[in-house]
Amino acid sequence: MDIFGKVRKIICEHLDVNEDSVTLKTTFEDLDADSLDVVEMVMALEEEFDLEISDEEVEKIKSVGDIVNYIEEHTS
Amino acid sequence: MKHRVVITGAGAVSPYGVGKDVLWENICQGKSSVAPVTLIDVSNYPTKIAAEVKGFDPFTYLEKREARKMDRFTQFAVIAANEAIADARLDLAKEDKDRIGVIIGTGIGGLDTIENQMRVFMEKGARRVSPFFVPMLIANMASGYVSILYGLRGPNSTSVTACSSGSHAIGYAFKCLQDGEAEVMITGGAEAPITNLSFAGFCAARALSTRNEKPEKASSPFDRKRDGFVMGEGSGILVLETLEHALSRGAKIYAELVGFGQSGDGYHITAPDPDGTGAALCMQRALDGAGISPDEVDYVNAHGTSTPLNDKIETMAIKKVFGPHAQKLAVSSTKSMTGHLLGAAGGVELVICSLAVKEGIIPPTINYEDPDPECDLDYVPNVARKKNIRFAISNSFGFGGTNACLAISKIEV
Repeated sequence: MDIFGKVRKIICEHLDVNEDSVTLKTTFEDLDADSLDVVEMVMALEEEFDLEISDEEVEKIKSVGDIVNYIEEHTS
Repeated sequence: MKHRVVITGAGAVSPYGVGKDVLWENICQGKSSVAPVTLIDVSNYPTKIAAEVKGFDPFTYLEKREARKMDRFTQFAVIAANEAIADARLDLAKEDKDRIGVIIGTGIGGLDTIENQMRVFMEKGARRVSPFFVPMLIANMASGYVSILYGLRGPNSTSVTACSSGSHAIGYAFKCLQDGEAEVMITGGAEAPITNLSFAGFCAARALSTRNEKPEKASSPFDRKRDGFVMGEGSGILVLETLEHALSRGAKIYAELVGFGQSGDGYHITAPDPDGTGAALCMQRALDGAGISPDEVDYVNAHGTSTPLNDKIETMAIKKVFGPHAQKLAVSSTKSMTGHLLGAAGGVELVICSLAVKEGIIPPTINYEDPDPECDLDYVPNVARKKNIRFAISNSFGFGGTNACLAISKIEV
């Protein structure tokens, strides 16, 4: 599974939404996720991709694409 | 001038499953809900039985996304509250939500969440502790969630008084209505105590029955062979409202809530005062508050935990308050069937009392086989009894020496 596929799977598990409703352009606001939801998803992503995302970086994350880009840049 | 308060809705998640009807049917038939524990591994505990909510799947009743953020005790409370609000036929679109409050008690709150997150903390470190950890564990979250789901902005609080949490919550909600602070209150208790640490702790305190070979016989209040309580879980929620408000919307009324008495033992952290003074005081205060005389009471839903000390001392306290009438009234412990739901007990037991008063049926004390000379009242042994109930009281006593008693009456409007 590619990075987007893995990210989408985690988002769908946490927010109980269909895969169809999650694209790279989807924002967390679209998914009705609050700041606690985002923190929880970030933790799951950190585990999945074995990396650390700083709080400053988390604040910049608005869309699914932002997360996928960050992970692509920070994993080999 | 205080407002009169009536009970207009009831909901329950009990060891028999979801719904007040399944609870009431089983209680009237004298059926035990106690069985071997399945939620945790009990191989290292002396007690291996409990009254678990059978076949409970929160996602059947709650949105998955919301349910994931709730501890089990909050899930029970929200499901029971949904039933109670629907049962009361409250049309919230027409109500003033600033005047509807929530007070749901719990003895220990989200202990399961604490244990799970402690494990995460130990294994993976601080950075993996869930952002939902604190909101899941705190004791007022059952009240919080119910208010959030319905947008209720009246008084919002909880009571944390061990095994009397539910009764205290209902008592405080009663006062909010009496004093005109709200028109409707959603209230009761919720508890999900069947966790590893809690089981270990109650076993260490030697509080639980160890009659593992016959689970359905283990909870035997007032019987000579009683050897401790059986842990239960669930939630009992009621809709209370001022009489004016209930009449104005043509609500059906189960009963009137007429009195609330509370007291402390001032004696010991776990053992009840051997004289039963605190227990007697809370009953007396409930009767005084209601302005009724002891001989008007037909039914006492006892705390009746099935521990050697409680049942003996509660019997003594009932005699102190009721005098010769103690021999004439009916006393039963529904914990003989449901087990002890700790902070939820007061809620579930007031649901039972409301139905008892409305239906004119007194639920039994099951497993009453070998009378104890120190417990010599009419405990409605083993079989439910048809009887018109004028006034009923419900007792709850908790660790720390905390006591609460609620009095309800049949209402003819």
